[in-house]
Amino acid sequence: MSTTADVESAARLISFGMRPKQLPGRDVVYADLVRRYGEDSAFKQLTNSVAAGLGLMVLDVSTQAGAVLAATDESVFEIKMDSYARQSKIRERRDTEKVLHGLVHLATAALGYPRPDDLANDTYIGRVSVEQVDGVVREACRILDERAAKAEQNNDPLAGAPELEQAWRAYARRPAAAATKDGRLASDTTRGMVSRALRFLADQGFLVQVSGEQGGTYRTTPRYQIQVRELAADSAFEELLELGVVAVGDAAGSLRPSISDTL
Amino acid sequence: MRDADLISGGLADEGLARRLKALACTAPLHDLDARKAKLDWADATVYQMAEIALHTIDQVTIAMDFDTGAGHEDVVRRLQPFIAAQAPGRGAEEHLRVARWVLDNLINVGTADRGFRRVYGSVDESGAYRRRAFDFKLLVELAAPDGEVYLRSSDEAINVLVGALDTDVESAHIAAEVKLENLISRGRLADAKLAAEQARYRTVQYGETLRAKLDATRRDVRAVDWADEMPELLDSALSHIEARFRAENAILRNITRARDEAEDPDHKRRAAELVDIVADCISRHTQLQSRLQAAGATFRAEQDRQQFSGPPRRATLDLFGQLLVPSLELPIADAVAPVEDFFHAVAGVEVPTVPSLSSLVSLLLRPAPERDKLVGEVPEPELVPAEQTDYYSDEQWRRADELLDLPEVPRRLSGLLAEAREADPRLARLVALRALHSYSPEIGAAVRQGDDRTLLAVDDGTPLEDDDFGGADLLLTTARIEREGVA
Repeated sequence: MSTTADVESAARLISFGMRPKQLPGRDVVYADLVRRYGEDSAFKQLTNSVAAGLGLMVLDVSTQAGAVLAATDESVFEIKMDSYARQSKIRERRDTEKVLHGLVHLATAALGYPRPDDLANDTYIGRVSVEQVDGVVREACRILDERAAKAEQNNDPLAGAPELEQAWRAYARRPAAAATKDGRLASDTTRGMVSRALRFLADQGFLVQVSGEQGGTYRTTPRYQIQVRELAADSAFEELLELGVVAVGDAAGSLRPSISDTL
Repeated sequence: MRDADLISGGLADEGLARRLKALACTAPLHDLDARKAKLDWADATVYQMAEIALHTIDQVTIAMDFDTGAGHEDVVRRLQPFIAAQAPGRGAEEHLRVARWVLDNLINVGTADRGFRRVYGSVDESGAYRRRAFDFKLLVELAAPDGEVYLRSSDEAINVLVGALDTDVESAHIAAEVKLENLISRGRLADAKLAAEQARYRTVQYGETLRAKLDATRRDVRAVDWADEMPELLDSALSHIEARFRAENAILRNITRARDEAEDPDHKRRAAELVDIVADCISRHTQLQSRLQAAGATFRAEQDRQQFSGPPRRATLDLFGQLLVPSLELPIADAVAPVEDFFHAVAGVEVPTVPSLSSLVSLLLRPAPERDKLVGEVPEPELVPAEQTDYYSDEQWRRADELLDLPEVPRRLSGLLAEAREADPRLARLVALRALHSYSPEIGAAVRQGDDRTLLAVDDGTPLEDDDFGGADLLLTTARIEREGVA
């Protein structure tokens, strides 16, 4: 039977999880709670229940990453895309902004964990930079463009239906950089979006800045790996499966060799 | 023959779409000349904007090499002498402003995508006519490793500029070479210079292709076909350089001789210019060649670095192939859901900030912080083109001009309205509006535009008796503008 002290400990573990930069390695109390979560199944259940009551999901609790939490739908801890992406009055434009920001986050994860193996390997630490993330998406756009050029029919976007335009066209069209009067990176360019995303992820404790090279170079943290592996990749993948645009891959798992064939 | 057959027989070929796109690339240049009269900071009609724009693209293209392009200020500085030659009487400040205006318009600053879009029609396989959008850019801004933003010409711009629309680079190159030799043997140096410049642009294009492939290799060796495609590209580029070296060294010898032997100082000067261009071409070939030689080593080094991984230990997704690429291929409307899901899950949790009363009070009492020099994001205006700007026809404007030309004796508005109404009921409204506008005439604007007269309206208190309009019965007259310094 759980006591009041147990509930308090469970709540404390969750509150540690809400401070993404605090790690069990640097805090004895935190490390103790993490160990207890791993060993004591009653405490584990209690923690999960407290989290669920708050509108949170415990993705994983480990010594490297600490307690990794995710917000459930409509939770107060949820970060909405609408508040992250730039607001635009025209609905199609708002969708475009959202998709571009989302693609940047997808590309960051894809570059951080280039092979399926890297995502599975707990000790793997990836490196990403603003220049590379933008480069990865532009490269994919270029391949898709070449593929489109090879296709027989004309598939330039229809003038009357901007929402039917393929996402890669919108990304490829957006400039990578633009000069502003004060010499900063314009925020609605793709590099501006990437550097925003990487700074955001660093604030959330998912990336750590290594240097300012290539527009900002970061390394991934175990926390980010768990977040991507346990939740993000699957939920996006399920959406894509429902749309019927991807098939479940085989054990090799990579689509890249087949893409390079089309070059 | 049915209508559909007629259409597909005459319209649906790919060549038409290609030509329409080529035509679209020139539209921004024509647009500059069409809009120059509307600039309010100068009477810009003396400038040939399309010429300046082409010159700008030239400047950027020449400054492009493997690593960087042209800085904004460099381009503006190099443009100035050319602009000054078009209007020597105007000040250097105005020339500078024209240069910046043309450059901004070629980038299309002010739109979110910084590019151009033209709509063209094509007939799809089912025979239906569809309007499609063609997006293109002329000058592209890119960030250098040091964070500076610089300019490069797009492929579209290079194609428009060189005029090599829809032609094979390699064969056009040979054609240009043959032309050059011909020209030199006939002594036509001006054309020879043009041909040499075209050859240089093509060399730049070769370099661009190679640079893009090498960049892709650095990111992912598997993204570039090193089995067939790259060796072919390297081979053709190398044999191309070999041929160009031979040709250009021969040209250099010939023209150097022509330069030394020429009697006519103009010929001598032009030959000297050509020598410079050809020498530049040769140095560019050398640069391309050294990159070509290093390309193989880049591949091997990258292959070693990006070594192949063992089999995965647990089932995970291939983020690039199974998430990113499929999402990129989706239409925007469908892509929102998966990417939003991904973001939602990857963004983690945010702890809502709750203000406490005691800290709120001290927060409110704190002096305002020094404003940061860097403001937040500047909203991009979303401009929708006006549907119809001309409410009155040119004929109505002309007649209103006639009615309102009152150099000698002032006239009452009521009289003018009556006269206008006789001719055309709508004309009366235009006359009334213009009279009202001239109640507070913009003398400053008129002077700036170089007008020699302006319409003046004075209210002497007489009320206007009219069925359609109310207010004062204005007295209208035309005032001449005298200018100082104009003899």
